[in-house]
Amino acid sequence: MSIFTKLMEKPWLAQPEGADPALLQPPPSYWPARTALRFLLVTITVVFSLFIMTLLGRSQLGDFHALAGEPWLPFDNPTQLWWNTGILLASSVVMHAALVLLRQQKQQAAALAVVGSAFLVLLFLLAQFAIWQQLETAGFGMTSNPASSYFYLLTAVHGVHLLGGLVALLWVLKRFWQQQSLARIQSSVRLCVTYWHYLFVVWLVLFALMTSSSSTIDSLAALCGF
Amino acid sequence: MTDSAIASHDEHYQASFGSKYIWSQDHKVIAIQYSITAIMVGVVALVLSGLMRLQLGFPDQFSFIDPSAYLQFVTMHGMIMVVYLLTALLLGGFGNYLIPLMIGARDMVFPVLNMLSYWTYLLSVLVLLASFFVPGGPTGAGWTLYPPQAILPGTPGADWGILLMLISLGIFIVAFTMGGLNYVCTILQARTKGMTLMRMPLTIWGIFVATVMGLLAFPALLVSAIMMFLDKVVGTSFFMPVIISLGETLDHTGGSPILFQHLFWFFGHPEVYIVALPAFGMVSDILATHARKNIFGYRMMVWAIVGIGLMSFVVWAHHMYVSGMNPYFGFFFATTTLIIAVPTALKVYNWVLTLWKGNIHLTLPMLFAIGFIFTFVHGGLSGLFLGNVVIDLPLSDTYFVVGHFHMVMGLSPILVLYAAIYHWFPKVSGKMLHEGLGRIHFWTTLVGAYLVFLPMHYLGILGLPRRYFGMGGTEYIPESAQALNANITIAALVVAVAQLIFIANVIISLRSGKKADPNPWGATTLEWQTPDNPPTHGNWGPEAPVVYRWAYDFSVPGVKQDFIPQNVPNSAVEVTDAAAFAEAGK
Repeated sequence: MSIFTKLMEKPWLAQPEGADPALLQPPPSYWPARTALRFLLVTITVVFSLFIMTLLGRSQLGDFHALAGEPWLPFDNPTQLWWNTGILLASSVVMHAALVLLRQQKQQAAALAVVGSAFLVLLFLLAQFAIWQQLETAGFGMTSNPASSYFYLLTAVHGVHLLGGLVALLWVLKRFWQQQSLARIQSSVRLCVTYWHYLFVVWLVLFALMTSSSSTIDSLAALCGF
Repeated sequence: MTDSAIASHDEHYQASFGSKYIWSQDHKVIAIQYSITAIMVGVVALVLSGLMRLQLGFPDQFSFIDPSAYLQFVTMHGMIMVVYLLTALLLGGFGNYLIPLMIGARDMVFPVLNMLSYWTYLLSVLVLLASFFVPGGPTGAGWTLYPPQAILPGTPGADWGILLMLISLGIFIVAFTMGGLNYVCTILQARTKGMTLMRMPLTIWGIFVATVMGLLAFPALLVSAIMMFLDKVVGTSFFMPVIISLGETLDHTGGSPILFQHLFWFFGHPEVYIVALPAFGMVSDILATHARKNIFGYRMMVWAIVGIGLMSFVVWAHHMYVSGMNPYFGFFFATTTLIIAVPTALKVYNWVLTLWKGNIHLTLPMLFAIGFIFTFVHGGLSGLFLGNVVIDLPLSDTYFVVGHFHMVMGLSPILVLYAAIYHWFPKVSGKMLHEGLGRIHFWTTLVGAYLVFLPMHYLGILGLPRRYFGMGGTEYIPESAQALNANITIAALVVAVAQLIFIANVIISLRSGKKADPNPWGATTLEWQTPDNPPTHGNWGPEAPVVYRWAYDFSVPGVKQDFIPQNVPNSAVEVTDAAAFAEAGK
């Protein structure tokens, strides 16, 4: 039943005794953690969208210089970022593999995959940190230019969300350790998979934005009315 | 909640003192923790407003109120009232208490997260209050915290105060997100059998939509707080323009303060409705119950709540007319602002039509609820002036705005909160609040608050500027304005002291108040149908309730009692006139 149909209901009308549709229909599937994750992802999307909107607005002021588009700019040839993207993709794939393994009832292998995925995320974060240091050395520190500031800010916020995901993974690993029911572990891992894929997509958007040239950013800003 | 979830929840419940009253995971205890903390910090904000009024009413008579202190009082009063009192009390307090009880659940779906939400909220309050004790004191940037002045030397609290404010807001948003996810998931997933969305009381609809709005709007405040924090601490230039401060050119390279304003108000305007919608919902239920009449236009009320929630995200720039903007932009936001008045007015009409020919019981909750209709209409009407660009421009920086927003989102939700406390206190505590003290409290508060805020509209039209410590060279303002200001201060102090009557009433009633019946108001909603009063852990005993009807079956023809609780099937209704009952569609 769509939300519009529900909102059209007339609750003041009597329902025949024993034939009340509200009592006859099966209860909705009970998985509050999934509902919570969906709302959380919407909230996080708003956070990143607002950061990006401010970036586009800020880009239209004179002192903003994109980090790509000219040979001397750090992300004109972002090889290192591609490597990092590969690491995060691998983490996402391995996490998905954990779910597949669980469906095949291979719990130990799945646990190893979850640990592997966490390891890859840590590797990604270290690699991002290495990029920060390279940028700093190349004269693109946090306060050198608004575009640099946004790179540090957005990657930090993305990293914090990954760290939050790692904390959640500890809970999942605890479930493996305590040998809880397969269904319970599977449902947790499913949520982690969703979160991991989501953060990978967010990273792709940030990657594309931060490695865009001035003209691309200007076009996006114009599209958003700046 | 499924049976297994209930069993699992009860299995983990331990009744030691610590787990029952301090580290409690019970939504009712957490609600009380939220409420007490919010009210205590609200009292701090009330005292601050009294100090502000002392300076305004009797300028320069009090040596401890200097211009810096005055601005700090203004800032902390505003932020505490809007975020740490109203949002926390309406959603953290009443949301926590009422959601599981009104939808027939045994608790929130994530009790641990719920507990963490409260303790995180408490931490945010402590961080905020700590700013009173750091060098330079709390920030005096105004509750909107506009850069560049918020973080520049010369503004009170520009060193530590502003940082603690930003950190505290960040922590609050984390707390809200934890609580908010719990509220929406509980409402969507844990409703008892028969409780369809359209059978939910309007209180739950208001809390639900307000929480969803909070989850979408608070990120804007978080984003702006993070970026301003970096501008201050690291020296970035997100919001900070090229600027010369105290003769020194700063390192900032040309950021946009207007960008901050957009972010702030993208949060700030929905925040008005985050506070208002739960209040709208609660007042609807209180009016229907005490008028013994079904709420007029239930479906329209639900649609209006949803419509207001959606619209509130496209009106934010009406707070920024004086910042300067493209005229088409102003036209757009003025139009949306006037459009959002339509569902809001619809709600007011429906409240009045609910009262129309109702069997009105002028109980304490009803008095406060009717008082709310008055203040909300007055505040709403002055909002129509301010929503228009050309009228807003001359009025924006005057006391007209102070009068307007205090009427519409200060006094109005506070009156609903009082209505709600007087209404649900018997359920929470098992005791009735004292009627006589309550009436003194109501009349002093309502009349006193009118004496405070109504004259402010007149002062605003005179051109009296807001935010000013003293009127100095504003010679166009007549002497009589000062006399009026002194009167306002006296009224404000009387109203502030009158709140002690309420606090005394709560304490006296808790100690020696009349024992409350399980359902003293003859209400239909589920929280009044619990087997124990006050409800115990798990709320419902062995059997969760089943819902057979909506929440507004009052004065149904042919029925012996003038209300039918939601969990009573037709076959169990005591009928005196079967034909009339059948004709009424029941």
